[in-house]
Amino acid sequence: MNGVHDLGGMHGFARVSAEPESAEPVFHAEWERRIFGLLLAAGALRKWNIDMVRFAREQQHPVDYLQRSYYESWLAGLEKLLVETGLVTAEELATGKAAGLAEEDLCKHRLQAEQVAAGLSHGSPTTMSADTPPRFRPGDRVRARNRHPLGHTREPRYLRGRAGVIHEYHGAHAFPDLSAEGVRVGRHLYSVCFEASELWGENANGNSAVHVDLWEDYLERV
Amino acid sequence: MSGPHHQHPHDHTEPPAEVVLRVKALESLLVEKGLVDPAAIDALIDAYETKIGPRNGAKVVARAWIDAEFKKWLLQDATAAIASLGYTGRQGEHMKVVENTPQVHNLVVCTLCSCYPWPVLGLPPVWYKSAPYRARAVADPRGVLKEFDTALGEHVQIRVWDSTSEIRYLVLPERPAGTDKWSEEQLAALVTRNSMIGVERAKSPREVGKS
Repeated sequence: MNGVHDLGGMHGFARVSAEPESAEPVFHAEWERRIFGLLLAAGALRKWNIDMVRFAREQQHPVDYLQRSYYESWLAGLEKLLVETGLVTAEELATGKAAGLAEEDLCKHRLQAEQVAAGLSHGSPTTMSADTPPRFRPGDRVRARNRHPLGHTREPRYLRGRAGVIHEYHGAHAFPDLSAEGVRVGRHLYSVCFEASELWGENANGNSAVHVDLWEDYLERV
Repeated sequence: MSGPHHQHPHDHTEPPAEVVLRVKALESLLVEKGLVDPAAIDALIDAYETKIGPRNGAKVVARAWIDAEFKKWLLQDATAAIASLGYTGRQGEHMKVVENTPQVHNLVVCTLCSCYPWPVLGLPPVWYKSAPYRARAVADPRGVLKEFDTALGEHVQIRVWDSTSEIRYLVLPERPAGTDKWSEEQLAALVTRNSMIGVERAKSPREVGKS
């Protein structure tokens, strides 16, 4: 979707406001710790994947998206996912009172403290096989397709219609546009190099380029 | 780095009291339903507050600085080379390392959300997730670098890496001059989180009071 989350190239946000590295804590408040842990723990129930998590946040109203702090967006996204997947009802969310225990099958997957270290160190690799051989090779000239899907996509707006060169082939990875709908298919993924002048015209910084990882579905041959 | 810049309210983390209450209520609800265990939440928080952070990445960089074979491996197969030091998993399943040289400077961003290599850098700083950085790193990297007091000559090519897939990027900063006889441990102390994102250089011996 052409959401406000797709920020690359937008103007008007002023300077980057950075706390000194040595002074910045991992979390700035107890509630940030809890929502962080809560989202990861709830994710272990396997009711959604990372693309669904991203899409849930992207669907916040643009004003809310920009106004809320990072972990407030996590909260909004988690609440949405919980209701959409039926883990909690809208009424339970509104009242804070459980109508009953969750199904036994689900509770079986409840993340235990002693599983955390192994789960984090394993992660969730996204490499998959693909049905067809890769269409492009390093050095090929490609164009990012001009597409505006209403669903989730990882093709940023700032490069749609722009030409670049395949820098590297990354293998086939789960395709996010379908993954956000719960369909896991492997599609070829490439690192594509775009010259700054191709992206930003006369306003480009000199001597610079942007590398973006793009799935084959986002690309056409020039 | 220069002092505090213009602060927009949303860069702070002072939510309405309502948010704090909602988080509490949500945790209680999920615990009551049997869906989450608070001890697992504690363990997740503890992992990122005490174990998984930028000191991991600093060790990777310091090793690459002293061991040419390791560096070669790191640039060819970062996931495996980093795993050999014990750093693997969530948000670092597929790693790439990009090397800074006198001719090339690399900078990492995620314009669409907040993708960041957790096993080597931990959780991202607030500025990395903020709209100004995500909006400007791809369009005005030199301007962004100046805000971190990092000035690069026009002859230095800037490569920005927009993390749009599940590949995660780590910058291998240049080894500072005057560190020829330094140990791996001493070198690691020069490697900042920001230097591995690419907004700054590694510290010089002078900056850590040794020269």
